[in-house]
Amino acid sequence: MKGRDTIFANIKKSLGVEHDDHVRRETVSARIEKHPRNVIPARGQKPAPDRTALFLQMAENAKASVVMLDSKDDVPAAVADYLRSKNLPQSIRRGDDERLSLIPWATQRALEVTTGASDGAQLASVSYSFGAVAESGTLVMLSGRDNPTTLNFLPDHHVVVVDERDIAGDYETVWDKIRERFGENKMPRVVNWISGPSRSGDIEQTHLLGAQGPRSLHVLVVRSS
Amino acid sequence: MTQTVNSPQFNRNARKALDDAFLQKALARSEKGFIERRKAAVEKLPEYDALRDNARDLKDHILGHLDLYLDVYEKNVIASGGHVHWAATAEEANEIILGICKRLNAKTVAKGKSMISEETGLNAYLEENGVRPIETDLGEYIIQLRGETPSHIIAPALHVTKEQIEADFRRAHTELPPGRNLDEPTSLLAEARAMLRESFLNVEVGITGANFLIAETGSSVIVTNEGNGDLTQTLAKAHIVISSIEKVVPTREDAATFLRLLARTASGMDLSVYTTFSTGARREGDPDGPFEYHVVLLDNGRSNMLGGKFQEMLRCIRCGACMNHCPVFHAVGGHAYGWVYPGPMGAVLTPSLVGVEKGGQLPNASTFCGRCEEVCPVRIPLPKLMRNWREREFERHLQPATVRYGLGLWAAFAKRPALYRAATSLVIKFLRLIGGKGRFRALPLAGGWTRHRDFPTPQGETFQSLWSKRSQSR
Repeated sequence: MKGRDTIFANIKKSLGVEHDDHVRRETVSARIEKHPRNVIPARGQKPAPDRTALFLQMAENAKASVVMLDSKDDVPAAVADYLRSKNLPQSIRRGDDERLSLIPWATQRALEVTTGASDGAQLASVSYSFGAVAESGTLVMLSGRDNPTTLNFLPDHHVVVVDERDIAGDYETVWDKIRERFGENKMPRVVNWISGPSRSGDIEQTHLLGAQGPRSLHVLVVRSS
Repeated sequence: MTQTVNSPQFNRNARKALDDAFLQKALARSEKGFIERRKAAVEKLPEYDALRDNARDLKDHILGHLDLYLDVYEKNVIASGGHVHWAATAEEANEIILGICKRLNAKTVAKGKSMISEETGLNAYLEENGVRPIETDLGEYIIQLRGETPSHIIAPALHVTKEQIEADFRRAHTELPPGRNLDEPTSLLAEARAMLRESFLNVEVGITGANFLIAETGSSVIVTNEGNGDLTQTLAKAHIVISSIEKVVPTREDAATFLRLLARTASGMDLSVYTTFSTGARREGDPDGPFEYHVVLLDNGRSNMLGGKFQEMLRCIRCGACMNHCPVFHAVGGHAYGWVYPGPMGAVLTPSLVGVEKGGQLPNASTFCGRCEEVCPVRIPLPKLMRNWREREFERHLQPATVRYGLGLWAAFAKRPALYRAATSLVIKFLRLIGGKGRFRALPLAGGWTRHRDFPTPQGETFQSLWSKRSQSR
């Protein structure tokens, strides 16, 4: 603990707060407990239909492709279409998430559906997002027993299903939803905000898609009636 | 063992950079893109300036309570199953990381981009001790093949041209057919992707940096466009985060505020493609993710900056906008600065971390045009801080005698306005007399200027006399 003691002693000395000060302590615990919101752009603060439209527009700006579906029952056909459009084999890997299990995959007879994490051998994956943010066209994915993180990064093509009602205007709304689900200061192991497919600007500052992660990101938004 | 400091040779480095045709080509290309992209993103967000004020105040609040937020952060990392290691110096950080690698018998480690690991010289240290680090960010991968350090904090291979990358890949990837076509940037990217895929799937330890640490939850945050940081940390058995202490923010809401500024200011994107919040190791039932989660927190001189003249520098969120907008950086690139951090932020931070004796040259590498402060997302008064360093350098008699005498001479005139006016108008008249309407190709005492460009003959009067005439005529 030598490093820790040295660092803390030095911080306190530089700040001139060597004596325990309850006002400072209370200021800090109050901020953590109340987690006040800061400036939030007006851009995302819209009623539902406009919010969805903004999400679709921002996701496309981020180079994702998007499709609106009337029902979850339409997901298998939309996935099959997408695979065909990319000249890919009819095969996907998905997590065990209940929302994905309830989708009638069997309606697409040619579509092979396997479950579990990715080991790098799968070309396409399908995930269900916990939420989305209209402000920047961002998907919010949580890790967990039924939602392998590797499915977000290893396959070349990533398809994500989003419920329209889960599209929030801003990040703060999704943080509150995560608090509701996991408890006040708790997080799942990983929260991934994903805005478009992988890219790199490292070769002469030209943005090229498909760097280390998925080359394409396809978003299926299921309409909330 | 930390990164070697070559900053005292700034003048020599800069001259070399100006003569480097490859570098000049690379710099000319990058300058416009960064500036235009940022401008477009900022114009689309009416709240941008309000966010900057918000972020500045928030950083000041955090720095004033840094001990307490770090304490909360540490408790929450431990509560979520992670480990926290404190490193007062770069050497301690390297030893801690090597210790974890040895315990896990790691022969190779994958690395996401981390400027803190550049600061500690981690790669060289690991290699000397039998552990091979593999950089996975494309830019870092390129410069690792070239045996170089990053020349920009978010675009490490900014100084390299496409043709150079092709040559590096042919030299390094000897297992691939020599006749393959690498003309297009896309084929270079595809080759790097394939090479790195193998590495990700076969390493024991993944090391990433952190853009932010969240006290409320004990989470570390990284942003990438490639997804390399995620593959690095998800596929390894252990994830090690290396971060400096000032990266802590109180809550997830506060992280969101900084994230709204970071990518826009850095690259003109609303958000980076991947923003990842990591909290602890693999949970029960998780099908993937690392089994161990470690955070190494580095001080390396930062705690000394608190409460003093340079505390404002610790607000920096490492977006790179100050260097993207700096005329000196555009001319000489990042390597000339001689240590880890280039551009205006580097000119302030380097002397703070390695000492004014070694870093004191850098604050002189500024025209004080003020663009860096104008674009800084947390409103760091960079010109003021560079001026503070210049004063300190002068007080400590660290400049060469010619500079000191020159400054003394100039001050003698500047403090006596009548004398200054008389002298300048005399010099101007004299120059006009001998130069006519032409240009000087050489001038005594102005060789530093005329070696690289002509000096125009002064036309008309001095600025001051024009100004006073103008004011009178109103």
